[in-house]
Amino acid sequence: MEAASVSTRPGATLTESIRDFLSRYALIIVLLVLPIAFGIKDLSEEGDLSRLANNLMDGLSNGAIWALIALGYTLVYGIIEVINFAHGDNFMIGTFVSFTLYGTLGLGLGAGTPALVLGLVACLVVSMAACATTNVMIERVAYRPLRNAPKLAPLITAVGFSFILQNVGILWFGSSQFSVPDLIHSQHVLFSVAGVSIHNSDVLAVAVTVPLVLLLTQFITRSRIGKAMRATAQDPEAARLMGINVDTTISFTFLLGGLMAGAASLIYALYQTTLWYFSGFQAGLIAFTAAVMGGIGNLQGAVLGGLIIGCIQQIADNKIGAQWTAAVVFAYLIMIMVFRPQGLLGEETREAG
Amino acid sequence: MRRLRAVRQSRRANLILAVVAIGLAALVPFFFAPLSTFMNNAVLALAYVVMALGLNIVVGFAGLLDLGYVAFYAFGSYTVGWLASDFFAYINGGKGVHVIAPQLLSSPAGIHVNFLLIVVVAIVLCAVVGALIGLPTLRLRGDYIAIVTLAFGEIIRVFAFFGDDIRFGKHYLLTNGRQAISPVDQIELPLLHQFDSAFSLRPYYWFALAMVALVLFVNFRLRDSRLGRAWIAIREDEVAAASMGVPLVKTKLLAYATGGALGGMAGAFLGVYYNSVNANQFQFGFSIFILGMIILGGLGSIWGVVIGAVALSFINTYLIPSLNDIPEKFGLDFDFTTLSFGIFGFLIVLMMVLRPEGLLPERRRRLELTEGMGAGDEQLFEVRA
Repeated sequence: MEAASVSTRPGATLTESIRDFLSRYALIIVLLVLPIAFGIKDLSEEGDLSRLANNLMDGLSNGAIWALIALGYTLVYGIIEVINFAHGDNFMIGTFVSFTLYGTLGLGLGAGTPALVLGLVACLVVSMAACATTNVMIERVAYRPLRNAPKLAPLITAVGFSFILQNVGILWFGSSQFSVPDLIHSQHVLFSVAGVSIHNSDVLAVAVTVPLVLLLTQFITRSRIGKAMRATAQDPEAARLMGINVDTTISFTFLLGGLMAGAASLIYALYQTTLWYFSGFQAGLIAFTAAVMGGIGNLQGAVLGGLIIGCIQQIADNKIGAQWTAAVVFAYLIMIMVFRPQGLLGEETREAG
Repeated sequence: MRRLRAVRQSRRANLILAVVAIGLAALVPFFFAPLSTFMNNAVLALAYVVMALGLNIVVGFAGLLDLGYVAFYAFGSYTVGWLASDFFAYINGGKGVHVIAPQLLSSPAGIHVNFLLIVVVAIVLCAVVGALIGLPTLRLRGDYIAIVTLAFGEIIRVFAFFGDDIRFGKHYLLTNGRQAISPVDQIELPLLHQFDSAFSLRPYYWFALAMVALVLFVNFRLRDSRLGRAWIAIREDEVAAASMGVPLVKTKLLAYATGGALGGMAGAFLGVYYNSVNANQFQFGFSIFILGMIILGGLGSIWGVVIGAVALSFINTYLIPSLNDIPEKFGLDFDFTTLSFGIFGFLIVLMMVLRPEGLLPERRRRLELTEGMGAGDEQLFEVRA
C-alpha cells in the first residue's frame, strides 16, 4: 500500500494516479465544499464573511463536545476494535445526571458566581464518575463475555445496550424533550473579535476540553498504565506475555472514555439547555463520524474530526436547515467510508483497508 | 454419497415441515373472529416474518450486519404511497393514472396501480436501493458496514420525515412527512373481491401467509444454491472465500439486493395493511426490532428466524402490554409499552451473551461460534492477517 500512494511514481497509469489522488485529497475537497460554497454566497450577498466566521466559531465550541465523545469511541476502538455503540447513550445518562445534580445542589439562575462555579465543578466530577462507571459496567457485562466471539457479536450487544440506556432515560425523565436552566447564560456575548462574537458557552467548552485533552494525551504517553494501553492495542497477546493485565487495561480504557463523555455531558447540558433521551443516540453517531473522520484509534484525529464535524453541523444548521443536519453529517460519514476509510490522520487498518 | 443423501433427506424434511406448517397456519383464521385483535397481530407477525427472512439473508447468510434495514420498509411503503393513493392528485390534470386499478377508490385522482404490480415495483426498487447502499461498504468489513448502513437508514428516515419540504414543480411533494399518505388502495386480486380491513382481516392473513411461503421457498433454494454457499463462505472467512474464487463484489451486492427486495415486499404489504404511510414508522428502532427477531431465532437458521419473528412480534403485541399493571403494584408509575425497545435491547444482550447461536441454531453457525469460544483462554483475540 505504501508504494501505491506515491502518485508521481513513473509508469503509473492514469487511472492509478486518479485513484491515488482521490484517496488522498477527495475527502479534504469534499470537506471544503460547504464552507467555500457558503463563503462565496455570503460574500456576494453581504460583502463580508462575518456570518460564516461566527458559524465556524460556534462550530468549534460545539465540536469540542463531539471531540470529547469521539475520544471515547477512538480509545475503545483502538484497544479492542469494537465500536462502543452505547457510548452516545452513556453520554446522555451523563447529561441527565448533571441536570439531576442541579436540583440537588440547588443550582438555579439565582445562584451567585462562586456557588455556581463550585456547584458546576461538583457536577463535572459526579457526571464524569457516573459515565465512567456505566462504561466500565457495560464493558464487563456486554463485551468481556464476547471477547472470543465473532466480531459482530459485541457490536450487536452494544446496540442492545444502547436501547437499554435510552429506556433508562425514558424512565428517568419521560420521552419528551425538557429544558434545563441556562445557568451560565450560554448565549451571552462575552467579547467579540473582528465581528466574531465569543459567547460564555464557547469559553466554557474550550476551558473544559483543552485541559482534559492535554491531560489525556499526557496520561497515555507518559503513565505506566497508558503504556500498557498502547501495548495492548498493538498486540494483546504479547502484552499479556509481558505481564500486563489485559482485562484491567481494557476496563481502564472504558473508564477513560467514560470520563471524557461525562465531561462532554455537562458542557452539553449547559450549552444546549434542552435534553431528551434520544440526544445521546444522535450525539453518539455524530461523534462516531468525527472519530472516523480523524482516523479511528487516533487521539489527535478524534479531536480534529470533532472540530470539523462541529463546523459542518453548524453550517448545515444555519445555511441548509436544522432538519437536514443529520442527513448532511451521515452523508459525510458515507463519503469518508468511500474515499478515505482510514480517516484524515489514520493509517490503513485491516478493517478499513 | 452419504453426505449427498443426507442433504436430500434434510431437504425433503424441510419441504414436509413447510407444507405442514403453512397448511396448519392457513387454518388458523377459522378459529378466530375475522376482525379480532389476534387476527390483526397475526397478520403483522407474518409480515415481520417476511422482513426477518429478508434480513436473515444479509446478516445471517452473508454475515453483513445491516442496521439500516428499515430503509426497505420505507421504500416498500412509499411505493404504495406513491403508486396507490391520491398523493399525486394533480397528475394527468386531476383525472389520475390508472393501471389495472381496483374498483373501489377513495378518489380517482392520483396514481392507482394494482397491488401485485406495486409489489413487483417495490421489489425492483428495493433491490436497486439495496445494491446502492451496499456499494460504499464493499471496501469495508465488520462493524463499519453496520455503521454505514445505519447512516443510510437515518438519511432515508430524514428524507421521509421532512420530505414534505421538498417540492417538485408546483404540486408534488416527495413524501407527506408525519402527516401520513392515507388512505391507500386496498389489495384486489384477479377473480377475487377487493380486500377490506373494515370487513375481514382473513384475506390479508392469507395473502401474508402466501408471501411467507414464497419467501421461505426463496430462502431455502438460495441457501442451498451456489450463491448461498458463496454467502456462507464470505461470512466464515472473506479472504479465504475470495482466494477460492468467490467474486466478493457480486456476491455481497446480491445479498444486499435480495435482502432489500424481500424487505420491500413486506414494506409494501405493511403500507397497504396499515392503510397509511407515515414517516414515524421508519425509525431506527424498527431495524433493531427485526434484528432482534433473527438473533432470537438464530442467525442464518431459516426455521429459527421464522420462530424468532413470530415470538418477538407476539412478545411485542401480547407479553409487553400484559406486563403493564405490574409497575403499579409496586407503586411505580410507568408503562411497559413505552419501554418495549429497551426490552428488545435487553433480550438481544441476553441472547448474545448466553446463547449467541439463537433458539434454533443452524448447525454450521454453531460450529463457527464454538470454534471461536472453545479455543481456550489463550486466544484472546482473532488471529490477525
